[in-house]
Amino acid sequence: MNLDELLSRESFTELGARARARVLLDEGSMRELIGPFDRLSSPWLAQQGVVTQADDGVVVARGRIDGQSAVVLAIEGAYQGGSMGEVGGAKIAGALELAAEDNRRGIPTRAVILFETGGVRLQEANLGLAAIAEIHAAIVDLRRYQPVIGISAGPVGCFGGMSIAAALCSYLIVTREARLGLNGPQVIEQEAGIEEYDSRDRPFIWSMTGGEQRWHSCLVDAYLDDSVAAISDQVRAFLLQGVPAQHRSDRYEAFLASLARVDTTQQARPDVVRAIYQEGLQA
Amino acid sequence: MTNRVESSRGAAWLAALTPRGDVLPGYPAAVRVVDGELGGAPARFIAVVPDAENAFPRARKGEVGLVEGWALARAVRECMAADAAGVIRRPIVAVIDVTSQAYGRREEAYGIHQALAGAAAAYADARLAGHPVIGLIVGKAMSGALLAHGYQANRLIALDDPRVMVHAMGKAAAARVTLRSVEQLEALAETIPPMAYDIRSFDTLGILWRLLPVAQADQPGGEDLERVQACLLAALVDIRDDSTPDLSSRLGQPARQLSSQVRTRLRAGWEAHG
Amino acid sequence: MEHMKFSFPAGRPAPGRAIAGVVGSGDLEVLIEPGAEGQTQVSVSTSVQGMGRVWEAVLARVLGAAPLPAVTLEINDFGATPGVVRMRIEQAFDELGQSGRTQP
Repeated sequence: MNLDELLSRESFTELGARARARVLLDEGSMRELIGPFDRLSSPWLAQQGVVTQADDGVVVARGRIDGQSAVVLAIEGAYQGGSMGEVGGAKIAGALELAAEDNRRGIPTRAVILFETGGVRLQEANLGLAAIAEIHAAIVDLRRYQPVIGISAGPVGCFGGMSIAAALCSYLIVTREARLGLNGPQVIEQEAGIEEYDSRDRPFIWSMTGGEQRWHSCLVDAYLDDSVAAISDQVRAFLLQGVPAQHRSDRYEAFLASLARVDTTQQARPDVVRAIYQEGLQA
Repeated sequence: MTNRVESSRGAAWLAALTPRGDVLPGYPAAVRVVDGELGGAPARFIAVVPDAENAFPRARKGEVGLVEGWALARAVRECMAADAAGVIRRPIVAVIDVTSQAYGRREEAYGIHQALAGAAAAYADARLAGHPVIGLIVGKAMSGALLAHGYQANRLIALDDPRVMVHAMGKAAAARVTLRSVEQLEALAETIPPMAYDIRSFDTLGILWRLLPVAQADQPGGEDLERVQACLLAALVDIRDDSTPDLSSRLGQPARQLSSQVRTRLRAGWEAHG
Repeated sequence: MEHMKFSFPAGRPAPGRAIAGVVGSGDLEVLIEPGAEGQTQVSVSTSVQGMGRVWEAVLARVLGAAPLPAVTLEINDFGATPGVVRMRIEQAFDELGQSGRTQP
């Protein structure tokens, strides 16, 4: 990369959710639904002393990608760690449901989901969890018709029930900054002890759940620089590829066979994970 | 059927609901799959149970771990495959008593998030293919474990018992993450129903289809068992009467009005006008 | 958490609406919409208690300086410093000036 290219490379992670959605859609095509001025925000937070954000931390951006009907669901990681509450979760699930309905009517609407999220918003606990289940249902429905693209670019990463959502996507894009894992490091340390998982050891955490590690472990589909152009191009390329012959989440035989080769008497090592999954999962 | 003392409530209810069925061989000990009957017709029952000898040390107490997630996927997809050529789509009953997802280094390293997605996708695909999927919560139904095993069901039924609970995270961890004490969280849960752990508070959220009174949740039998069996059958009828195989039946109650409102407003703005 | 309201003299109603910032730690979101002729109304929700006088002073400085269009200004604040508050309000007015419509 020459100096000009370096200087002109626009960082994706420095953009907020709204801007990220805009740069992924065809220029000028973005139309936000239930935007901040509609003031559909959380009814649960004020009584807990938490300030509400007008869009509840989720941007629903209708528009086009390569001329075709699309919707981008962008989670604002800076707000409450991108956690899923009742309203934000419903925005994502509802939009995905409408996209699936479009497809049943012959309109090929596809969806891109930007995962910067710690999972359930604990201030709304069971409503957040229920909404995430509805997001899962909607992804599995929509991905029968169109690829569902997930992106986790950082700095928050993708955790909790939303990491399951990411793993349901047809294609998953990550950067080096991203982490993708079920349980937050603090929670594992709380439940299993610091020997099992030291939540303050950042290199350790990235070595286990960082974008690069997930890429080499065949758990994501693209590992890209933090670049608007690279990410946008990859989204378009995946959409052109179409629905995969088999979604990663459906490959239970390959995963069970791979796990059977794990020496569980030893603690997990990143290089061993790569070796086992590269052998067991690469088609 | 066996008279052995079952290792968990989930195991006990699975056995009681499938008196003539055998646990299918070839599955890990923690995932019990039984081809039983519902209303006299074949149905598959699945439970995740404790396995003190689980190869993965952090998945020995009934947690849904790596292998459990993928094994659930297998149990559901094999049921789908067996029925695919015929007309009948067998019901699949998830007997739910899961303390949590498994927490550990091995689990994160090998992508437990992907394993749970495997299970969730299988249950969702089964539902979309026309299999009636029923979730029966007899004990704990926590976070990722519930998302994998039960939350994709067409209908959710729970026992009305103090040890039946649904939540996103255990209390100590939730307190740590939200920088509050457990006592503070418990106080908040008194007035904020979605934060509560008990099943009666969960019932007020409008997600459950039925909450069933039981006298002896730990020892399924007698009237309790009959009530649950009748309810499973009623759920089956309700699912078959439903025109859609989605989760929209969870949106009817007043408590979910805001979730419905979001969807209405999305629909109103979906097509560009002018 | 605290809620406050302020009003300041202003000019003609703003031509559109704009948003800036997010409710992140040390940050705030600012939503501006057209207001009634001659007056800008501000409502502040903030996670930090007891800073009423500081808010009044900061807002007076930003909104009282040059003649600005009349807006209703909603602020959702998560502990931003006065400098960040000023920056986000100015950013929102800039968005307004550029196109008069919502921008990211």
